[in-house]
Amino acid sequence: MDTLGYLAHGFAVAFTPTNLLWCLLGTTLGTAIGVLPGLGPALTIALLLPITYQVAPEASFILFAGIYYGAMYGGSTTSILLNTPGESATIVTALEGNRMARSGRGGAALATSAIGSFVAGTIGTLGVAFLAPIVVKLALAFGPAEYFSLMVLAFITVSAVLGSSSVRGLTSLFVGFVIGMIGVDLQTGQPRFTFGMGELLDGVDVIIVAVGLFAVGETLYVASRRYAGKDEIVPLRGSLYMTASEWARSWKPWLRGAAIGFPIGALPAGGAEIPTFLSYAIEKKLSKHKEEFGTVGAIEGVAGPEAANNASAAGVLVPMLTLGLPTSATAAIMLSAFQSYGINPGPLLLTTQANLVWGLIASLFIANVILVILNLPLIGLWVRLLKIPAPQLYAGILVFATVGTYGISQSPIDLIILYLLGAAGFLMRRFDFPTAPVIIGMILGPLAETQFRRAMTIANGDWTVFYRHPLSLTLLTLAFIGLVGPHIWAWIERRRTRGPEHVPGDA
Amino acid sequence: MSTSDQQASPPRLAIPELLIGVGLLACAGAVAWQTLAIPVSPLYSKVGPKVFPYMTMAGMVILSLLLIVAALRGGWQPDEEKETPTDWKAMGFVVAGLVANLVLIQPLGFTAASVIMFVLVCFGFGSRHPLRDALLGLILALAAYFGFARALGVNIGAGLIENQLNALISALVGIGRG
Repeated sequence: MDTLGYLAHGFAVAFTPTNLLWCLLGTTLGTAIGVLPGLGPALTIALLLPITYQVAPEASFILFAGIYYGAMYGGSTTSILLNTPGESATIVTALEGNRMARSGRGGAALATSAIGSFVAGTIGTLGVAFLAPIVVKLALAFGPAEYFSLMVLAFITVSAVLGSSSVRGLTSLFVGFVIGMIGVDLQTGQPRFTFGMGELLDGVDVIIVAVGLFAVGETLYVASRRYAGKDEIVPLRGSLYMTASEWARSWKPWLRGAAIGFPIGALPAGGAEIPTFLSYAIEKKLSKHKEEFGTVGAIEGVAGPEAANNASAAGVLVPMLTLGLPTSATAAIMLSAFQSYGINPGPLLLTTQANLVWGLIASLFIANVILVILNLPLIGLWVRLLKIPAPQLYAGILVFATVGTYGISQSPIDLIILYLLGAAGFLMRRFDFPTAPVIIGMILGPLAETQFRRAMTIANGDWTVFYRHPLSLTLLTLAFIGLVGPHIWAWIERRRTRGPEHVPGDA
Repeated sequence: MSTSDQQASPPRLAIPELLIGVGLLACAGAVAWQTLAIPVSPLYSKVGPKVFPYMTMAGMVILSLLLIVAALRGGWQPDEEKETPTDWKAMGFVVAGLVANLVLIQPLGFTAASVIMFVLVCFGFGSRHPLRDALLGLILALAAYFGFARALGVNIGAGLIENQLNALISALVGIGRG
């Protein structure tokens, strides 16, 4: 069967009434948590992980995918009306979108962002459907050494290339490795890092780590900074329908945004920040209305980055589904959902779990349609969610954090670990350490270790296996360039602009 | 991407950042200690369960040294973050709420502990309507319990509904008195 045949089959799976309901539930929930500051898709999917014991894999992945896409749509609403990006990927949207809202064009900003998300999300999902089988063919040539090197590359890109500091990003990643190693070593049955505590033999649940870092840590951080600034909701004025000139100014940025976002998302680099910033820079350069950027708000500056954001979110699914390589916190938690079903994402997934994968991809198309309806005609509903006052919102988040954590095994130890991770999350937030690499390190670290040991066993303990295979060597070289390149580049730039003067603190 | 790191003024020791670096070094030490404690069967001596932990430890040592160097050169906090005073009172109430939840969840059950945590956290965030918050917390906790936990099939607390209703009544009594 070719891609179209598989896709038709996927629509047959996704169009069953129950799966449509899951999709509707996921998209609604996703939009809600995207709109609410302090809640994100990674946290929400982590809290909902226990559902994997209750329902079929198709149902829970359709739900999770709906949440994942929905959060992107909802996050832009918050960025535009509140100027507090609900998601790191919507920071750029806030730049122009909030200015547009302030100058009375909030409706047009919301419309271009929702329709742009729809266009780019649909293009991105088509990209997943057609690119995934191609990547699978490539991936079949991968042995354990290549997989390990690919994971090293992903580790470097998610922690060192993105974000403000490679040292801090890698620190987060290594903390994730340590958390991931806690428990019984799967290959030898030896307990590791349990500090003699029986409770730690099963390892630390990803739910606890995600909830600790994203819910408890975030709540503590917001509490510590409560007087730093009050958010002001810009009332929604103006028609939700874009004028002809706004359409004319939007459609090219949508397509360009999708063209930038999808490939960057699909590379094992992930992250929606780079494509959104890139798209913003390009739109600013190409726009005929440069004077609107940074003043009254330029519609191109909303349309492009929003499209890039959604297309890259779709792109992230390619390495996740075909290689089992998550490159965002949300994807890492979805990977642990696969593990909970005993399914290993990888090249064989598309054929062995055709129902699941193609049903999931088809449901993404449906989710996009539902989301554009949910987020345009029903926008008033979501604006009302923004009015939930911070005290009750954060207190409520902590109640749900307790349900999610204590519900795992009714052990107060879990709550203690949760709060310790919350304290760590607070410090990380306060001192600018990214949190996503912790989750990625924790989920992907053990997989990388397995591939590493497998490769070493096959090669009889010969370390050279990682650079004797050309593909593996290429991947490792790329990783090295990713790690060192930006520093050398910055050094050259510095020498050129300021002479060989010493600049401290570039950690 | 950000250039805020490079704007550090004259090199000055940054204490919080230094503590983070040293703390990470201590974590690397703990990793080393726990790695040494892993029993290894001679069968797996080649690439056993210790290799990856040692690699992780080495990475952590290098990273913590780099962090310490950065701290000695003035740290990496952006000025905006440094100048914002920490609201210790608000944080204190949130922490008190979390601790109360931890201590009370077994004796009182999930609902009552959640209500107390909810009120404390709301107070920390500046809400001055404890009674209204308690009611909201109660509704939310019950919704979380019946809607979320039941639907997901997670079992909270010692947990049958009588137990929960008891907790609910004791919470109500507690509110009535207080």
